[in-house]
Amino acid sequence: MFSEFLQYLFTGITIGATYALIALGFTLIYNASHVINFAQGEFLMIGGMATVSLIGLGFPLPVAMVGAILLAALMGIALQRFAIAPAKQADPVTLIIITIGAAIFIRGIAQLVWGRGYHSMPNFSGDVPVRIGGAVVNTQTFWVVGIAAVLVAGLVFFFTKTMIGKAILATSMNKVAARLVGIKTDMVLMLAFLLSAVLGSIAGIIVAPITFTSYDIGIMLGLKGFVAAALGGLGSGMGAIVGGLTLGIVEAMTAGYISSDYKDAAAFGVIILVLFFMPRGLMGARVVERV
Amino acid sequence: MLKSLTQHRLSGLALLAIIILLVPAFLNNPFQYDMATLVLIYATTVVGLNLLVGYAGQISLGHAGFFGMGAYFSAVMTSRFDWSPVPTLILGAALVGLVAYIVGRPILRLKGYYLGMATLAMGFIIYITLNNEGWLTGGPDGMPVPGLSIFGWELSTFNTYSFLGMEISGSLAWYWLMGVMLILGVWIAQNLIDSPIGRALRSVHGSEVAASVVGVDTPKFKNLVFVVSAIYASLMGSLYAHFQGFITPESAGFMESIIFVTMVVLGGMGSTLGVIFGAALLTLLPQLLADFHDYEMMMFGLILMLTMIFMPKGLLPTTQAFIRKKLHKKAEDKA
Amino acid sequence: MSALIEVKGLDKAFGGVHAIEGLSFSVEAGQIYSVIGPNGAGKTTLFNLITGLYTPTAGEIKLNGENIVNIPPNKLAERGMCRTFQQMQICMNMTALENVMLGRHLQLKSNFLTTLLRLPSLLKDEADCRDHAIELMKFVGCGDYIETEASAMSYGALKRLEIARALAAEPKVVLLDEPAAGLNSVETAELEELLKKIAAQGITVVLVEHDMKMVMGISDHILVINYGRKLAEGTPEEIRNNPDVIAAYLGG
Repeated sequence: MFSEFLQYLFTGITIGATYALIALGFTLIYNASHVINFAQGEFLMIGGMATVSLIGLGFPLPVAMVGAILLAALMGIALQRFAIAPAKQADPVTLIIITIGAAIFIRGIAQLVWGRGYHSMPNFSGDVPVRIGGAVVNTQTFWVVGIAAVLVAGLVFFFTKTMIGKAILATSMNKVAARLVGIKTDMVLMLAFLLSAVLGSIAGIIVAPITFTSYDIGIMLGLKGFVAAALGGLGSGMGAIVGGLTLGIVEAMTAGYISSDYKDAAAFGVIILVLFFMPRGLMGARVVERV
Repeated sequence: MLKSLTQHRLSGLALLAIIILLVPAFLNNPFQYDMATLVLIYATTVVGLNLLVGYAGQISLGHAGFFGMGAYFSAVMTSRFDWSPVPTLILGAALVGLVAYIVGRPILRLKGYYLGMATLAMGFIIYITLNNEGWLTGGPDGMPVPGLSIFGWELSTFNTYSFLGMEISGSLAWYWLMGVMLILGVWIAQNLIDSPIGRALRSVHGSEVAASVVGVDTPKFKNLVFVVSAIYASLMGSLYAHFQGFITPESAGFMESIIFVTMVVLGGMGSTLGVIFGAALLTLLPQLLADFHDYEMMMFGLILMLTMIFMPKGLLPTTQAFIRKKLHKKAEDKA
Repeated sequence: MSALIEVKGLDKAFGGVHAIEGLSFSVEAGQIYSVIGPNGAGKTTLFNLITGLYTPTAGEIKLNGENIVNIPPNKLAERGMCRTFQQMQICMNMTALENVMLGRHLQLKSNFLTTLLRLPSLLKDEADCRDHAIELMKFVGCGDYIETEASAMSYGALKRLEIARALAAEPKVVLLDEPAAGLNSVETAELEELLKKIAAQGITVVLVEHDMKMVMGISDHILVINYGRKLAEGTPEEIRNNPDVIAAYLGG
């Protein structure tokens, strides 16, 4: 009984940690530019697929990973420079469609380069699972949760202790004021997309050994990240983490106790239910509308 | 004289009717007729969606859910329970309207991206259900749908009919039927827009606070337009199912929802003719790009991105503004 | 005569900060009643509370003797209360005339069916609405802008347009939030005349305003608030000579 529950919990935390990283990517970009980047999932796809193909070319895993992250970072910057920046004054709906267009474009290129097949990636360390309290845990779980934790700690340090991090925060709070005190807000926007792409690609790499990877995994993973970000409250870093983990655990429990066919439906059901009662997510700011 | 004619509120509708009448002269084979009919079905759907997105300014990223519900209601009831198609699609639209009414109340309190999220989630739940309840829907493989019988006529793209002494093919008959539906859809939408209800809807977009302090019950109007647009989608979904003769859950899927919204935004939010243009473009574009095989997806994404970046107001409004500017300049040069 | 608006022990806190604290006053029907106070005194918050955009933390607000706390703005409009905003709320996606016609929303009798079929009753109703709106636009001095897109109008014209929209609802009381802000002296003088004309029609006017000359000139009664509390209340004469008011305004 309990070991079953524990099993689902571990599964939930693993996938939840990935969702949290994607949601943090959404949050970074949303805070800096008030754009919801529907191409966020493509960073994961690039991370996973590029790593797999670099390994296939004979590079060792760490080198392949760095290569994939660099590629995603480049794409993040390109996305901001060539797709988001020129459309400054656009409606939110228009921006949604621009980022979806970008996502389809990236997916189209990936399909061209890597084909339509599924690719698998070996675990980072050993295929022999570990037993914890009756639950069987894939070693990759520790990598996923560990790396996610390190990234979160790194982000906290970056935003509270470094000048650049504080500049990004300042820009997200008040763009004009930030510019007045000499922050180059254009650079900040680019940096936000870059960071977001790096986070996304790392999430894509660490989760690839568990889920397989293909040119079109970005759609669903990206949407789940958006659900996690909205669940926690758009713009809240803590919310992204809580939202991601909640979502992962809800999915794993639904798959375990009800039906794996409806695990995605459960994720979308939870977000609707939460928004009914908390229109700005679990930890979103309760903003008083000024008129 | 010409000016007063072009400024009449139904001038767009008249132009549309003329285009619908003329198009068959350029079509050569059943495949082209079927594409044209598909354009008409999608166009009518997004004319309804435009009321919600373009006029009332509310995002919906799950509208294909309603389209799919209508399609599957017709498919299941006519094929498994032998219901008559026309009453079925009307009942289906009423039920979908009811669902939209119930879901709309709480969802439409949300704003911006949160509303987008909730509608997206709603659409996904419908899609997942259609996928999983295979005993009823045939699951991911889809299900066949009987032809549309109207007063004993079996309307099928494979048949030919004689009408007033003329021989017309099933494809052409479908084209005319959907042409009439589009005209009807635009007429109703136009009547809604040019009325106090339309004004209230646009005020929700312009300033929700201003609307509420002069007495507009904004939740009620948002819900009303949500229901109306859902009914448009459901009716068109039903007709789509009968027209295609086969449906899969993809017709309720996320990409389909995105394509609907894109038709609205690409054509021009709040411009009825614009969104019809958008529907035509996005329905035909994949056909045009099919020659590029592997490059199709990449080109589609690129075109979407570039059009929206350089024409954020949509194709038709941007073109109109461009022409107006040119004419203005000409008039100035003369003076 | 009983009060048209009666506020008792009103309190509004954002987080721990009291924007309005223990405020009580009443507005008699037919008055021009002004609320003044330094920036950040809580004047706009007070308006938002009265017009149902905010819910009070404590206290009661009565309109015509009936409690109106927790009643949404559109229901208050039905009871004869309408307002304008400091940050103008104009529907920029419509023409000027349509904005004013929107104000007559509650006066229109059309329903869904008459709209769908565009029945003659709807057309007649709309034509009347249009005539009335044009008349109001002329009344507030926006007669030149009837077919103009709202987005193409000047700031001063939009300010008057917003008043026309509020009047279109045929209110018993209008609350105007800084109608003179940003206007030049000529426009302010015109506004002053307009407010007098509105009051002369028997519509109660509640005003938040910074232009002291105008406030002193047209008000029947003035409420001074500071830090969300009542500092003084009385006729313009009494307020002018109130030492607390002088101290607050001169920063003493």
